[in-house]
Amino acid sequence: MNRNIRPSENSPVRVKITSNQEISPGVHLISYRRNADFIPGQVVRISMNEEDPPRIYSVCSGNHEPEIRILFNIKDGGLLTPRLSGVVPGDTIWDSRPYGGFTDQGGPAWWIATGTGIAPFFSMFSSGISDGKRLIHGVRHLNQFYFEDELEWAMGKNYIRCCSAEHSCDTFPGRVTDFLLQESEFPPGIKYYLCGKALMVVEVRDLLIAKGVPFENILAEIYF
Amino acid sequence: MKEPLFGKTLPELKEIVAGNGLPAYTASQVADWLYKKNVSSIAEMTNLSLKAREHLSSKYETGTTGPVKVQVSTDGTKKYLFPAGGSQFVETAMIPENDRITVCVSSQVGCKMGCLFCMTGKQGFQGQLTAGEIVNQVRSIEEAGSVTNIVYMGMGEPFDNLDEVLKSLEILTSEWGYAMSPRRITVSTIGIIPGMSTFLEKSEAHLAVSLHTPFDDERRKLMPVQVAYPISEVIQEIRKWDLGKQRRVSFEYIMFKGLNDTNRHVTEIARLLNGLSCRINLIRFHPIPGTPLQGSDDETLFDFKDKLNAKGILTTIRASRGQDIYAACGLLSTREMVKNVRY
Repeated sequence: MNRNIRPSENSPVRVKITSNQEISPGVHLISYRRNADFIPGQVVRISMNEEDPPRIYSVCSGNHEPEIRILFNIKDGGLLTPRLSGVVPGDTIWDSRPYGGFTDQGGPAWWIATGTGIAPFFSMFSSGISDGKRLIHGVRHLNQFYFEDELEWAMGKNYIRCCSAEHSCDTFPGRVTDFLLQESEFPPGIKYYLCGKALMVVEVRDLLIAKGVPFENILAEIYF
Repeated sequence: MKEPLFGKTLPELKEIVAGNGLPAYTASQVADWLYKKNVSSIAEMTNLSLKAREHLSSKYETGTTGPVKVQVSTDGTKKYLFPAGGSQFVETAMIPENDRITVCVSSQVGCKMGCLFCMTGKQGFQGQLTAGEIVNQVRSIEEAGSVTNIVYMGMGEPFDNLDEVLKSLEILTSEWGYAMSPRRITVSTIGIIPGMSTFLEKSEAHLAVSLHTPFDDERRKLMPVQVAYPISEVIQEIRKWDLGKQRRVSFEYIMFKGLNDTNRHVTEIARLLNGLSCRINLIRFHPIPGTPLQGSDDETLFDFKDKLNAKGILTTIRASRGQDIYAACGLLSTREMVKNVRY
């Protein structure tokens, strides 16, 4: 099969790791020097080597910061994350220019995330986008509320934590869908952004549609 | 638990026989029994020595399995339910039409893609199928001996399970396997670009891409994958390949009333696909529970087809088959069988 090779505008480039923190058991936040502008909510394609199939991750940092940060959890048997979790400053990985359309469209919105799906919303938050936003974050364990100190301080009651496996006085006991089911009001004219695993996204999307939210106002990003 | 031999490629079988101290030619014999003679047990591989059969049987099994349920539509379409990965299930559709028998195979249990209009997406993702489990859907149906065409359009996104899908294609098309022409096989994708590129390089089978709207903002709301792999980039990637005259690229387009069935869409599709040798299959929407979407009426459907043809894009309307047994496009699901799934 012939392929007419043309240089891609989004060919991967080698970048140098500047930090790697394990911010929760099995969850890492890596940083590297930013080499392109981006819109909060966009993604990059990451690989350890140029020839490896890349994986897509949301940028987790603000768009005025000098570094790109990526939040990920280690997948057992995964091709990338077990190796990525072991990088140290000075190591290199490959990334693409940021791209994608999961970006803020202005106005009030609900941000609904599970697990590391908080990354694009934290990027928006860190870029100064939080007015009129309500963040609902669902996790299994209390130590998985990444960035909770900053979010709680800045967003106050508009930052809702749902924890399905452990209880705390600050959190809603249950899953994100449980929280949404007991909500009475779903403003139909605002945007709803969903980010997480497929089943969460489709269940929340169905729930919102059943509550009267037009599907046109729902934007989803699924971990592929 | 014994390892299944069905689903192994010839090179993999060669490794197995070498690793078990058996003569190298045994691999071809095993492939012949598995893929041409369709045996269900190693004991039936009678041109292998008794010692070889006993040795293989101690570690391996053929690994083929029949469907646990079959539903038959009034139009002759059948929907088969196959076990997968122990406690899960996938669906397979068999669609007879004149002298053709098309099998629509699944590549995953559930799906990660979450398209708004698809029943499979509503059950989330439960697991990958092995190459053996994919090919078994062709091998173990009642019509196995008379299948003329295979489409990877069942449950799951094939290029999200690329290695096993490519292996299954190798088994289906190799001389040592089922020796089917790759021109009788179509793999359908939502547009996972890295997987699609590898498929275009390594396989000769036809490619189908789920388009559904040419506009970025509309497609994002129907298909979350648009955020990661915009359709413009998918088409840009396809344009890089010289597919020749024998290999076909088609675009699938479900018609939604008032959403993607206007003249504006015709114009934009023509612009997007300009110069690309391809065809479009228009598909009637089969409503799923709780959907906010409605299908276009037939008048709009035929008018849309005519307008695209007038723009020089070969466009056809796919017949809806097996709707009464939920075997039609977008309706496959084993959601009710998915238990204890949590995120």
